Amino acid sequence: MKIKMLAAACAVAGAFAAPAQAQTEIQWWHSMGAALGERTNEIAAGFNASQKDYKVVAVYKGSYPESMTAAIAAFRAGNPPHIVQVFEVGTATMMAAKGAVKPVYQMMKEAGEPFDPKRYLPAVAGYYTDPKGNLLSMPFNSSTPVFYVNKDAFKKAGLDPEKAPQTWKEFAVVAGKLKAAGQECVYTTSWPSWVHIENFSAWHNLPIGTKSNGFGGMDTRFTINSPQHVKHISMLADFGKKGWFTYAGLGNRGDARFSSGECSMFTGSSGAQATIRKLGKFEYSVNFLPYHDDIKGAPQNSIIGGATLWVLSQKDKSVYKGIARFFTYLSSTEVQAKWHQDTGYAPITTAAYEATKASGYYEKNPGTDVSVRQLNYKAPTANSKGLRFGNFVQGRALIEEEMEGVFAGKKDAKTAMNEAVKRGNDILIKFQAANK
Amino acid sequence: MEKRVVFRSAWLPYALLAPQIAITIIFFFWPAFQAGYFSFLLQDAFGLKTEFVGLQNFVELFNDEHYLKSFKITAHFSALVAFSGIAISLLLATMADRVLRGALAYKTLLIWPYAVAPAVAGVLWAFLFAPSIGVFTYALKQFGVDWNWALQGDQAMLLVVIASVWKQVSYNFLFFLAGLQSIPKSLIEAAAIDGASPLRRFWTVVFPLLSPVTFFLLVVNIVYAFFDTFGVIDATTEGGPAGATQILVYKVYHDGVKAGDLGGSSAQSVVLMAIVIALTVAQFRFIERKVQY
Repeated sequence: MKIKMLAAACAVAGAFAAPAQAQTEIQWWHSMGAALGERTNEIAAGFNASQKDYKVVAVYKGSYPESMTAAIAAFRAGNPPHIVQVFEVGTATMMAAKGAVKPVYQMMKEAGEPFDPKRYLPAVAGYYTDPKGNLLSMPFNSSTPVFYVNKDAFKKAGLDPEKAPQTWKEFAVVAGKLKAAGQECVYTTSWPSWVHIENFSAWHNLPIGTKSNGFGGMDTRFTINSPQHVKHISMLADFGKKGWFTYAGLGNRGDARFSSGECSMFTGSSGAQATIRKLGKFEYSVNFLPYHDDIKGAPQNSIIGGATLWVLSQKDKSVYKGIARFFTYLSSTEVQAKWHQDTGYAPITTAAYEATKASGYYEKNPGTDVSVRQLNYKAPTANSKGLRFGNFVQGRALIEEEMEGVFAGKKDAKTAMNEAVKRGNDILIKFQAANK
Repeated sequence: MEKRVVFRSAWLPYALLAPQIAITIIFFFWPAFQAGYFSFLLQDAFGLKTEFVGLQNFVELFNDEHYLKSFKITAHFSALVAFSGIAISLLLATMADRVLRGALAYKTLLIWPYAVAPAVAGVLWAFLFAPSIGVFTYALKQFGVDWNWALQGDQAMLLVVIASVWKQVSYNFLFFLAGLQSIPKSLIEAAAIDGASPLRRFWTVVFPLLSPVTFFLLVVNIVYAFFDTFGVIDATTEGGPAGATQILVYKVYHDGVKAGDLGGSSAQSVVLMAIVIALTVAQFRFIERKVQY
């Protein structure tokens, strides 16, 4: 009897609960850890509070490659998340996966949500559009490498702290003086390939690969063994021998060497500013990347890193409407401006940049607009729009392997870059074959 | 008289074995079969397009000098880990065997590192030897050593070997200690009466009697170096710099999981599987013949 009553009660409760359950859940897998994760959760919570039909659930899935692998595995198992955050080097892989992803421009159009790719910074949108100018994924967090200078170290070496070197020639002079003044670590870098191959190329308007860095087709091949590339890498190796450049390792390992005050100059992500601001016990400035003044057309504009949101194909088509509404919320000026100011990522819409500027934020926080000014320095060319190489996770790893060989003095720059091109092309050929 | 238990039931033995068999099938045979199957395919990351390519993945693998280099690195790494791991723990065990006072504390402390996860061991040593802030780095600098394993392949190798050995020494130590304690004291005393020095007693009496343990540990340590050190490497060098610490199992993970090249990675797993099977077979044949029990 009791059981029967309980069952009845449950049935009644279930019937009443049903309308509330109609809220559709949207799974959002991302790689924003720590403070960034909190900001990400705020965005989801903001959207959930703004309407009643959908509930975005933000789930931290580990590092960028981990989230991407997890999403791919989930897709293969037939149960993909709705939205996954994929880093820029995974773009070509996602784009090639026709049928597995729902192009964002198409989804927005079908859902009747306003969506204009022109609202986004050209350097950001350009990276993620198809040849027809359609955005395939939703821009989210974008950064670009910038050049940090420890002003206190400059002062100690008798250098003008307000004058950061603009060219690599000036850099060499400054580096020599810092070393002579007893600076142990003069310069270091994070993200070796992203800064010194990919952004070096864009900043000097040099191609990274044929077919407009891969935008023109999958039969692209690397061109990073040009005399300019070789010269730049061998210059860094030479700096290393002189004690002007300390190699810190892959990824963002260089960040800590600068924020601890150990190294006086540093190239790293603009997104590292939040940490440097928090940990650095010294005055610093944020500057444009140095360039080679003997390369014509330099400086051009830098390219982004970071990630976009991809929508994976769903069996239940009705959920796309909710995702589209969430994307409209996400790209609103208020949300974007707040995200940019809180995180140090570049503003991705022009409106968010203007709003931040109007609020006087850049004057109060000098250096925070360097990334966007550098991204917008000139209108992007075929060489500086971005890059699109298949399996570039693997490609970038082997480029860095070759760079390490040069920095360790085991290889000369020319041999290493030729080798990087040869090995990189093997990967591109394989990707092309797998995605015919 | 030998006592034998016989199951009369037709299904009970199978039922009792079933969980074990299920685990073996699900966690070994099924993945192994999948790896074998995928190694003949060329597939995009999402599995949308699949093409049968025969042995192409293997041909590419063996034409890739970096893969062959990874073999050499693995051999080098395993030899270093197994040899130094065994040598150090044998030394510690012989010492511990003689200790009279505080033996328990000494032994307990030596066994502790075994409880540490490989990744944690890696991070620990990476901190001690961190290129800029490490305690050892600082000490080395006083001796004029420029320590930067982010750049110097040999130093990176040394770091992962130290971390891996440190973790494995406890395990080896336990076995050696047990082995030493099972050697009859009368044998050693007899040798002593015959006038053999402690060193000579060790090499002519103790060490041969430890040979089954040593051989067992050699095999276990090599397998450990092949597979379990993954955590150490992933948490410290990630195979770098310039691939100097990229052992085979790390390359399988890197190419398959990080780079999404399932075919190539599966082919590598198959090769790795073949190596381990060969090693195991060699072990059993060798143990049967050469080791004195």
